[in-house]
Amino acid sequence: MPVLELKGITKAFPGVLANDHISLTLEDGEILALLGENGAGKTTLMNILYGLYKPDEGEILVRGKNADIHEPNDAIRCGIGMVHQHFMLIPVMTVTENVMLGIEPVKNGLFLDREKVARRIREISEQYGLEVDPNAYVKDLPVGTQQRVEIIKVLYRQADILILDEPTAVLTPQEVEGLFKILHTLVQKGKSIIFITHKLKEVMAIANRITVLRGGRSVGTVLPAEMNPEKLASLMVGRQVSLVVEKAEAKPQGMTLEVKDLFVRDDHGNLVVNNITFEVHAGEVLGIAGVQGNGQTELVYSLTGLLPSLSGTIHVAGKPIQNTSPRHILEQGVAHVPEDRQKHGLVLTFPIHDNMVLCTYYLAPFARGVVLQEQEILATSEKLAKQYDVRTPSVFVNAGTLSGGNQQKIIIAREFSRPIKLLIASQPTRGLDVGSIEYIHNRIIEKRDEGTAVLLISSELDEILALSDRIAVMYKGQFVDIVPAASVTKEYLGLLMAGIKPENAPAAPSGQRTIEVDL
Amino acid sequence: MTEKPIQPKKEEKAPASGQIRQALLVPALAVLTGLIIGAIIIIITNEKAATAYGNFFGDPLAALFASWEAVATAYGSLLVGSFGDPGKIINGLGILFSTGDSSKFIRALYPLSESLVTATPYIFAGLSVALGFRAGLFNVGAEGQLFIGTLASAFVGYSLVGLPWFIHLPLAILAGALGGALWGAIPGYLKAKTGAHEVVNTIMMNWIAFRLSDWLLNGPMKAPGFRPITPQIETSAELPRFFADPLRINWGFILALLAAYGVYWLLFKTTIGFEIRSVGLNPDAARYSGMSIVRNTVLVMALSGALSGLAGTAHVLGVDRWVGQGFSAGYGFDAIALALLGNSHPLGVVLAALLFGTLRSGATRMQSMAGIPIDIISIIQGLVIIFVAAPAIIRWLYRLRNIKSDTTVMVRGWGK
Repeated sequence: MPVLELKGITKAFPGVLANDHISLTLEDGEILALLGENGAGKTTLMNILYGLYKPDEGEILVRGKNADIHEPNDAIRCGIGMVHQHFMLIPVMTVTENVMLGIEPVKNGLFLDREKVARRIREISEQYGLEVDPNAYVKDLPVGTQQRVEIIKVLYRQADILILDEPTAVLTPQEVEGLFKILHTLVQKGKSIIFITHKLKEVMAIANRITVLRGGRSVGTVLPAEMNPEKLASLMVGRQVSLVVEKAEAKPQGMTLEVKDLFVRDDHGNLVVNNITFEVHAGEVLGIAGVQGNGQTELVYSLTGLLPSLSGTIHVAGKPIQNTSPRHILEQGVAHVPEDRQKHGLVLTFPIHDNMVLCTYYLAPFARGVVLQEQEILATSEKLAKQYDVRTPSVFVNAGTLSGGNQQKIIIAREFSRPIKLLIASQPTRGLDVGSIEYIHNRIIEKRDEGTAVLLISSELDEILALSDRIAVMYKGQFVDIVPAASVTKEYLGLLMAGIKPENAPAAPSGQRTIEVDL
Repeated sequence: MTEKPIQPKKEEKAPASGQIRQALLVPALAVLTGLIIGAIIIIITNEKAATAYGNFFGDPLAALFASWEAVATAYGSLLVGSFGDPGKIINGLGILFSTGDSSKFIRALYPLSESLVTATPYIFAGLSVALGFRAGLFNVGAEGQLFIGTLASAFVGYSLVGLPWFIHLPLAILAGALGGALWGAIPGYLKAKTGAHEVVNTIMMNWIAFRLSDWLLNGPMKAPGFRPITPQIETSAELPRFFADPLRINWGFILALLAAYGVYWLLFKTTIGFEIRSVGLNPDAARYSGMSIVRNTVLVMALSGALSGLAGTAHVLGVDRWVGQGFSAGYGFDAIALALLGNSHPLGVVLAALLFGTLRSGATRMQSMAGIPIDIISIIQGLVIIFVAAPAIIRWLYRLRNIKSDTTVMVRGWGK
């Protein structure tokens, strides 16, 4: 008997059928991968299972019995636990305090019984190989360990069905391996796991079975042994996909961006960019790799005028731009594809045409004096929407109603269509579907070949490898090393990302290597 | 690239009539609901109706009739007080056509004129708050800005003597706008430069304005005599009235409509408005795209203050022609409600201001004719605002389909 069975789950949101009669089964002691692009309905399905949404149709069976799940507490009672993509931990509390949150045991009728919880955490740690110090503060733990705390939280609540939502998004390659080991131990000890992801290689590595979702429907359940990444990708997207970015050798020219001895503090006063020096030449892509939160964000903000730098110089095409206004920097020919497209990149409640001119609305031909030239704005927006393949019924639609991929294409269209010398692309394909990723990668290479200097910041190692000509690895506000992309392996970069200096690491093996995009 | 949009999402082309209807639906139903609840309160507080309900099972018809009578009298006199007595208007029109004597007709239009006179400062002040909302700023200081603007324009109005009207009147209007702009720009600057929240600062500026005006009216600006009022303004600074006494409708009303169009043009047709709306809807994206939050905050608060200043200016130059203590009937505070009711759109604000103007001026007659306290209007206004601010209630009451409302962010979070 399957541990969990979903039958004909259907959920409609206004205008979208997010889940269309999806059925799946989870057998006892297996890892089931739920694979699909963004917007395929994975998260909706799991939120229904966890009681956050109410399905319009369909039923959930836990161990053969009809489960009545209306809220997360019901799901927990059924033994279902969820590890969210964004951790739900309180940094200033200890591991023990985080684990007991919400079900605090009490001794002597009044006092919190931390010791009892800590004992239980140690038991769980030992049983499943989840090493963690119960008395450590969460803020002091690396991300991989924080994730372990999340898993312990779920196990502490006696879940035997674990749902992990995109668990590898924030991990280094080494941490991913560690996680996979833990997952294997968990299933050996009788737990069952649903692993949500859009990354093909992870699925191949860890899953017992794979259920693929596309456009809100289940397009089938397959075994990894019968599959390869290309086949899985075409199942997921519904057409043939090229997994390799085709690009010619870079022809770097003069220096476009020159950064010297840069120091930046974040909003809380922490030194997050600590003495960085580098340059980017016209016609090359410099990739900055690194686990999220190592200062990449603040580095980009200081380059684009959103955050002041403490000291150091930044030159674009020979002109100093450090601590000038964002507008001044834009006018020097700098384009910025921001990391958080909904926060910085778009005004979601503006129609597409206003977003298309968000940086150029005051320039001719879009404005004459202070008067906006609506016809020009509309005509240009329609042209750009077509040229950059923004899928929308019209340019009058609010940007917020489009899918993530199409939102990103608006930003790409706006930034790439200006005359630019330097392109700063921060996490340009985060959370996008395979089709959009392919498209955006090709456009970035196109810009490079036109002679634009490209600074690419990504926490997806495969993206960095696929696009970059040189790779800098950032760790705790510093560049650990800058290496040519042609002669580097993922493993070596993984070590750099963990802060291990090149001289202590085994030398990078050189040689030919095929580059695949992580999907 | 054969990827298809997941599901056909039907989306309207360009803002169409359907969208306008939807924007008006909730406010209209909110007003209707407010009036219905107002009617219930009138019935409950009506002595005759209460007695009749005491004997409801003996004579239910009498109870219903008494209710109807109470509401009909109240709202009837409210209508007559707002728009005039139809009988008198027709009669006046008859006399006008038969004898050419327009005095009766004009007298019959008095209630309508008063409604528009009351609506005039409401339009200005409502625009003031709405403009702030569009930039994500909550200007609670419209009342204080109105005080300062009024005093400035009155000062120019009575102190400069011997100027021709085409210089004096524009000067007086300008003074009113500048006075308000100054009073708005100060909290705007504090917000932009130090992060001090504009709600706190504008409230404090209100108190300074109130006490400052007390002092001015009792000291430097006091007219000879006992009462704390300013001297009468010069005729050359007056906003001309359209008709002879007693109709007080004047050019101020036209100015208010022009201001509404001006705000609409500024917001939706210029780069300045593009920036204001961007900053209001997503300040992070505005900064990213090179707009200056500081400049926009100060600019919007100054413009907002200028509009508030004009609210009082129009009233003093067109209606009162002198300023006394407590001369504003809380226009600056009602303006917040107006901006909400009008969904921060200039056209919406004008409609809301006309509604409030007619309710306010009709209420006086309702009090004298039907004995219903004027406060019932405040209750109805309050209810309308609650329903507009919590549209979920209206949707539930009238079983409306859940319309996704993503129009305006009224105010950003407290703090930054």
